[in-house]
Amino acid sequence: MIRNIFFFLSALALFSAVMTVFSRNLVHSTLYMILCFFAIAGHYLLLNAEFLAIVNIIVYAGAIMVLFLFAIMLLNLNKTKRIRLTRINLFAAVTSGGTLLLVFIAAIKRQAETVNPMMLSTDFGSVKFLGKILFNDYILPFELSSILFLSAMIGSIILIKKEHR
Amino acid sequence: MINYQSILQTVPLNWYILVSLALFCIGTVGIIYRRNTIVIIMCIELMLNSVNLLLAAFSAYNGNPDGQIFVFFIMVVAAAEVTVGLALIVVMYRNIKSTNISLFNNLKW
Repeated sequence: MIRNIFFFLSALALFSAVMTVFSRNLVHSTLYMILCFFAIAGHYLLLNAEFLAIVNIIVYAGAIMVLFLFAIMLLNLNKTKRIRLTRINLFAAVTSGGTLLLVFIAAIKRQAETVNPMMLSTDFGSVKFLGKILFNDYILPFELSSILFLSAMIGSIILIKKEHR
Repeated sequence: MINYQSILQTVPLNWYILVSLALFCIGTVGIIYRRNTIVIIMCIELMLNSVNLLLAAFSAYNGNPDGQIFVFFIMVVAAAEVTVGLALIVVMYRNIKSTNISLFNNLKW
């Protein structure tokens, strides 16, 4: 049962990732990406990380992909001329990606022994538990990330603003 | 109530590593293959997500919640990066009316 859920979520994630890369319509590509993020959120639920699953759906599928869709819509990119993709590009991409995957598999094949999972408490990935860690041990990076967000906002507004001469 | 210990017992850690590595490699293929800047940024997001999945799996199997905090910070950085990246795409489109990355080769050589 659990195995079947794992296989279904993995197949969904891999299929939608491949379709993101290879579908020619930009909006379809974005929608497949959202499907992939939902599959990854399901993986997080399976791993007892419910906080990460919620944040993944809210931030990635909710905010970031809507931002992508807005950019495609505002620039009217779906109507513009399709960019031609050459066969040699595809060959180079698949060769290098496949080689990378082969190297990774060869690297993890060396350690074949199975890892025994540690004993966990049931509220391991809950909001309460992670919030306590975040506001006790990681308070400085948490505050610094707000400065990062502020600079990203200011930077994007300055970039988009029309120049007056 | 699901027993999470039994989930971790039935699914080995290596399978999670394989899935996230495959996602990472699909992202690499997309970055090399596609010429549209928006799709390239989406593929970067895909690679970041595969690393997130790997970190969450390691954190669950090790019984250490610090990995999940790291995933949270990676999401924060990814959100900031997408904001600036889409602003750059809008500026690019305003200049030459295209988002083809091959046309931006002034600094290439």
